[in-house]
Amino acid sequence: MINIGDILETVNMISNDHLDIRTITMGISLLDCGGSGALFADKIYDKITRRAERLVAVGEEIEKEYGIPIINKRVSVTPIAIAGAGLDVEGFVSAAKAMDRAAETLGINFIGGYSALVQKGMTDADRALIASIPQALAETARVCSSVNIGSTKSGINMDAVKELGEIILKTAYLTKDSSSIGCAKLVVFANAPDDNPFMAGAFHGVGEGETILNVGVSGPGVVKTAVEKLSGGDLEKLSEEIKRTAFKITRVGQLVALEASRRLGVPFGIVDLSLAPTPAVGDSVAEILEAMGIGQCGGCGTTAALAMLNDAVKKGGVMASSKVGGLSGAFIPVSEDAGMIKAVNDGVLSLEKLEAMTAVCSVGLDMIAVPGDTPAAVLSAMIADEAAIGVINSKTTAVRVIPAYGKSVGDSVDFGGLLGSAPVMRISSCDPSVFVNRGGIIPAPIHSLKN
Amino acid sequence: MNAVITVTGKDNKGIIAKVSAVCTEHGVNIIDISQSVLRDYFVMFMIADIGEMKIKLADFVDVMNALADENALKIQTMHEDIFNAMHRI
Repeated sequence: MINIGDILETVNMISNDHLDIRTITMGISLLDCGGSGALFADKIYDKITRRAERLVAVGEEIEKEYGIPIINKRVSVTPIAIAGAGLDVEGFVSAAKAMDRAAETLGINFIGGYSALVQKGMTDADRALIASIPQALAETARVCSSVNIGSTKSGINMDAVKELGEIILKTAYLTKDSSSIGCAKLVVFANAPDDNPFMAGAFHGVGEGETILNVGVSGPGVVKTAVEKLSGGDLEKLSEEIKRTAFKITRVGQLVALEASRRLGVPFGIVDLSLAPTPAVGDSVAEILEAMGIGQCGGCGTTAALAMLNDAVKKGGVMASSKVGGLSGAFIPVSEDAGMIKAVNDGVLSLEKLEAMTAVCSVGLDMIAVPGDTPAAVLSAMIADEAAIGVINSKTTAVRVIPAYGKSVGDSVDFGGLLGSAPVMRISSCDPSVFVNRGGIIPAPIHSLKN
Repeated sequence: MNAVITVTGKDNKGIIAKVSAVCTEHGVNIIDISQSVLRDYFVMFMIADIGEMKIKLADFVDVMNALADENALKIQTMHEDIFNAMHRI
């Protein structure tokens, strides 16, 4: 029989510590939708709306029965540059609009997969899709885009990196009337996972099946409460406590994943063990690090604390789920984390420290606003730095940077909702254009040769 | 198949009676109950068999939420599997 202590703990986690399932994301293959512009757009709209027809209703049903909020129900699709190979820029923009319409019909806030995988080279379709990103993101509301520009196996495609600096600036300009929000929906990856349920970087990998259900858990607030209770314990005890908490959080994710998969008749893919913060106070990864005792996020000790947190979350979560994947770790998106925003505003957290933190967290430089007049070459070099950390350390890294049009250091940009608001951060003004303009490939590291 | 019903709020006459009446009406059988009052604050945990419930669990949650609103209480009705998943290996 369930005891009262267990009931109270679970109810408190949900009511007071913001425990929730961040997303159930249905991955849908669009590989069978080939065709010219209008035909492709119609085919993908039909397939997405047919396959995910019951996603929102089933999500809401589970949410109610188990009493656990499921914040987002979303869809990811095959990278459109692959599914829509043969299309031109105009054709890709039509496809983006079809994705947007499909998301609206389904009642979901984001759809991911307006993506290209160019870690080793670019096809004509990759080139056209990348060129279409600014317009596609400016003319849609729900479409999320990502480009994988590097991997440990193939190195870093610096031609793509150079181009993406310019694409990000153009996206910021075309969405300047809404805080350059287009850039908040564009992720540049190294070692992008095929089964990530989180936006804006979710896409349905080409090695995946027809449809799949991936679940992303959350719970920074729950971990923070657990850490606070152990104010006197040593770090080993702290790590054990985080593991125990991560186990419980992930078990809920696994339960929801299996139940949603059964009710939708779609195979269960993975549970992503991520601590995903929201702008709500008490739902912050920075606040966990601070509860561990580092003073303020961004100070010395931050990287070590984050490394331990990230590792303990994985160790606790891995036993709780039969299949773990995606990004799995702690996210450090600045605009979506009240503690990070405060640390930046207090002058404690810098871009350089964030870069160091990305070497030990699950993703990268995420939701960071920089001045609108930042040159494209600086953005490209920032992407290259981040990709290098990922490629050399065999981990996923990403850049989601917003050169906020018309804003400078000290200003703030507001995106609303889960995307939060970001203080504009100082970025190095050194000119790396000679390095960026060299182009070519940064070769794969020696440890890629594992065979 | 069980559900866990947690009721909290300012103490008043007849809270258990009202919750039990709604359970009976929908074919829900109460199998365990624990209740206490701390400084006028009412707390109750109830485990109920929903195997023969006449409506869907999601609809029963709505009924309980409506009862909570009418009586200025907080009622959480949750499938027991979430507790088993979290606290049992």
